[in-house]
This record gives sequence, C-alpha cells and structure tokens, in this order.
Amino acid sequence: MNVLLDNFPEFRDGFIGTVSITVVSSVIALVLGVLIAGFRVSPVPPLRVFGTAWVTLLRNTPLTLLFLIFFFVVPEILFPGMSPFLLGSLALGLYTSSFVCEAVRSGINTVPLGQAEAARSIGMTFAQTLRMVILPQATRTVIPPLSSIFIALTKNSAIAGAFSVTELFGWQKLMSDRGYDIVPVFIWVALGYLVVTFAISGLFRLLERRMEVAR
Amino acid sequence: MSASVLYDAPGPKAVVRNRVYAVVGSLAIVALLAVGVMRLADKGHLAPEMWDIFNYSGIRQNIADGVLATLKVFGLAAVGSLVLGVVLAVGRLSDHKPVRWLATAFIELFRSIPLLITIYAIWVGFLTDYSMWALATGLSVYNGCVQAEVLRAGINSVPKGQSEAAYALGMSKTQVMLGVLMPQAVRAMLPTIISQLVVTLKDTSLGYIILYPELLNTARLIASNTLVNGQYPYVSTIVVIGVIYVAMCLLLSALATWIEKRGRRAKTGIVMAGAAEPAEAPGVLDSPDGPPGPRTDAPKE
Repeated sequence: MNVLLDNFPEFRDGFIGTVSITVVSSVIALVLGVLIAGFRVSPVPPLRVFGTAWVTLLRNTPLTLLFLIFFFVVPEILFPGMSPFLLGSLALGLYTSSFVCEAVRSGINTVPLGQAEAARSIGMTFAQTLRMVILPQATRTVIPPLSSIFIALTKNSAIAGAFSVTELFGWQKLMSDRGYDIVPVFIWVALGYLVVTFAISGLFRLLERRMEVAR
Repeated sequence: MSASVLYDAPGPKAVVRNRVYAVVGSLAIVALLAVGVMRLADKGHLAPEMWDIFNYSGIRQNIADGVLATLKVFGLAAVGSLVLGVVLAVGRLSDHKPVRWLATAFIELFRSIPLLITIYAIWVGFLTDYSMWALATGLSVYNGCVQAEVLRAGINSVPKGQSEAAYALGMSKTQVMLGVLMPQAVRAMLPTIISQLVVTLKDTSLGYIILYPELLNTARLIASNTLVNGQYPYVSTIVVIGVIYVAMCLLLSALATWIEKRGRRAKTGIVMAGAAEPAEAPGVLDSPDGPPGPRTDAPKE
C-alpha cells in the first residue's frame, strides 16, 4: 500500500503516459491501417504489393526490434533529438497498423457481394465504392477484432516504458530500483493496465451496441 | 469476396489511369526509400567499413551465440506454454467448480497483463540471477494462457458425438479427454497454435529489457562496443539482426500455412482452423460468433 501512496505523483504520471501513448498510437494505427487496407484491395498493382509487403514485414518483426529501429535509425533519417514519446507512439502505431489493416480487410470481405456490385452498376468509382458503401458496412464486423487489437496495443505500450517513455512499466522499474518489494508494485501496475483495458473493451462494447442493426 | 468485385474490369481509359497511378505510386515509394537511404549515407552509416564488421569471426560468433540463446529460450517457452496450455485448458473444462474457477482466473489474469510486466516482476522478484529462466517462465505463463484458450476452442469444436460415443464405450473422463478430444483439438488448431508460437518467438526479444543475452541484446552489445569511423554501427547491426528475426518468424509462419494446406487436403471430418497469422490479439477468440476455430458445418466424409 505504501509503495503507491508514497510515490503517487510518479504513478499518476505513468498512468497518464500509458493512456496518452495508447490514444496517440491508436489514432496512427487506425488511419494507417484503413489506408493500407484500401491499398491492398485497390486496382493498382504496386500499391497492392506495397500493402502486402508492409503487413508481412511489420507482422513478423518483434516489437522490441521496431522500437530499436525507431530509436536508433529513424532519428538519423529524419532529425536527431526527437522526443521518445513521439518515436514510441510512431513505432507502436506502425506495428499495430498491420493488424488493423488485416482486420479491416477481412471486414471488407464480409460485406455481401451484391453491395459492391450495386455500387459499381450505378457508376461509382473504386474510391467511392469503398468509402461510401463498403467501409461503413464493414465497420460493424471490424469492431470486435479492433477492440482486441487495441487492448493488445495497450499491453504492448509497456515496451515503450523500457525506452524511456514515461508510462507504467517505467514506474515499475523505478520502484524496483528504489528497492520496493516487487509483488505489490506488480499488483498496482497490473491494476493500472486493467483499468485501461477494461475502459477500451467497455467503449467498444458501447460502440458495438450503438451500431447494431437487425439484418 | 475477391478484390476484383470492388472495381470493374478496366476499360482503355481506366487502364491508362491505373498505369499512371501505378507509376506515381511506385515513384513515391521509391523516392521515400531513396531519401531515407541517402540521409543515412550522408551520415556515414552505409560506409563499407560499417558492414565490414560482420566479417570478423568474433562478431559472427556473437551473432551465432545470440541466435542460439534466442532459440534456446524459445524452445523452453514453447514446451512450457504448450504444457501449461493443455493443463489450463483441461482445468477450465473440468467438472469440478474450484478447478474451473482457478484455471479461469489464472488465464484471465495473466492474459490481460502486459507480458513485459510479468517477465520483469519474475526477474526482479524471483529469478534475478537467471534471466533466461525468468524470460522462459514469463513467456510460458502468458502464452500458456493463450494456448489454453486456443485448445479450448478446439475441444469445443469437436462434434459432440465423439465424446458421447467414447463415453458409451465406457471410457473414463481422462481417457475421453486425452484419447479422443485432445488429439482432434490439437489437429484442428495446429495452425493457430503455431502462429501463437510465432508470437512467442517474437516476444523472446523482450529478453533485451531484462538483459538476457539473446539476439537483440547481442545486437546492442555489438553496436555499442564497436567503434567504426568514429561512430557506432547501429544501423548496419540492426539491419542484419532484423533480417535474421524476420526470416525466423517467416519460416515458422510458412510452416503453419503448410500444415494448414496439408490439413485441408486430408480426408478427415476435422476442419483446420483458418489461415495462420501471428495474431497479436488472442482476444479475437472471444468474438460473439463463437470460436474462430474449425467451423462446425464440417463436410462429413
């Protein structure tokens, strides 16, 4: 108990850090994932190849390696001295975008054939078909897998803590460095993560219920 | 739905337009890559000397040791997680309430806590001097919980007639589980089990954080101990190690896909689980449409 009360400001900062890195990288992952899913079903072959390569490569890279790339290689390419928070959320967002892409793609596949055919037959282009007909209907099937992808993202954000981003794993490390017993520290950190993941699954359940449609 | 449903077969105008998009798109991608490579080259990260370090036998030996250490912990974690997975799956399907509750609580708890937190706590709290065992234990606990859920989905997907027939023959509960249900569940879920093993392999890289000398940590040690042209060869080392990692994971994924194809060819009533992908999100198994495993409308042979 003391370990939390004595170090509450650090814990609060860590918790806020976890929440903010989760939110920022979720947005990155969502935008990129939908874009790349669009690439993967597009009529332009190089974009399809790019999408496939992106997903295959990112999905088979350990996240820790991706963090290493982002902290040692990317600053050299862009500009040195980028903040760890930005680099961490980029790495996490890019990694998760490959999973989002696959979820969206399989969501696109569940939309009945007739929808796309009807859209085409009234003269919609590929972009219009996707944006106005397919994706809105795919949203409903994509939400449950997205929920678990974002929960996984929250859990993965712990790795960012090892790369000097302020978040809950950083607090765990700090406390064990200060000589506190690891078991209570572990329990508090676990509780912190449980709050975030429960919030996410609650949010998605709400979304699911609001989007529910009798078919 | 195949992708081609989303657009018509291109006519002459669309063909031209698609070609233009193709050229512009590829140029943009190539340009992005080129800018990246040039920026790196400007800072001397792509100088031949940076790559020459991989000709030294010492560094080659280090990388080989790193691969071996990664594979060693992966082997331990794979065995540990599969054993734990079977135990937890059987526990969760047990007829005895306390056993069922215990297994469920264990699975839900460790599945929802970040793996790194568990590994770090085990390392600091119990196995400070044995980082390999801390890593293997943490990986086994987390992945064991996921494998248990996968196996449970597999067991639930075995047609009910199988266990009913086995009970009718007078087999005991243990015999039914181990002799009838488990083999069919494992066979059906093999692609998913292997994709979870790919995730396990990827997660061995967390050893980097608890200072276990696996491949990624080796990379850091090499990069920070070798001074070339007044710089540390982070870029070249990360590229080399990254290629090794991706190759290992792709090999294991390919194995899963191959097994899935082979299973689909086999003429048994059991349907293999869908295409194996290193699903980051084991929670997919909780989807309301039931387990993602074999569909129950299996074609009966």
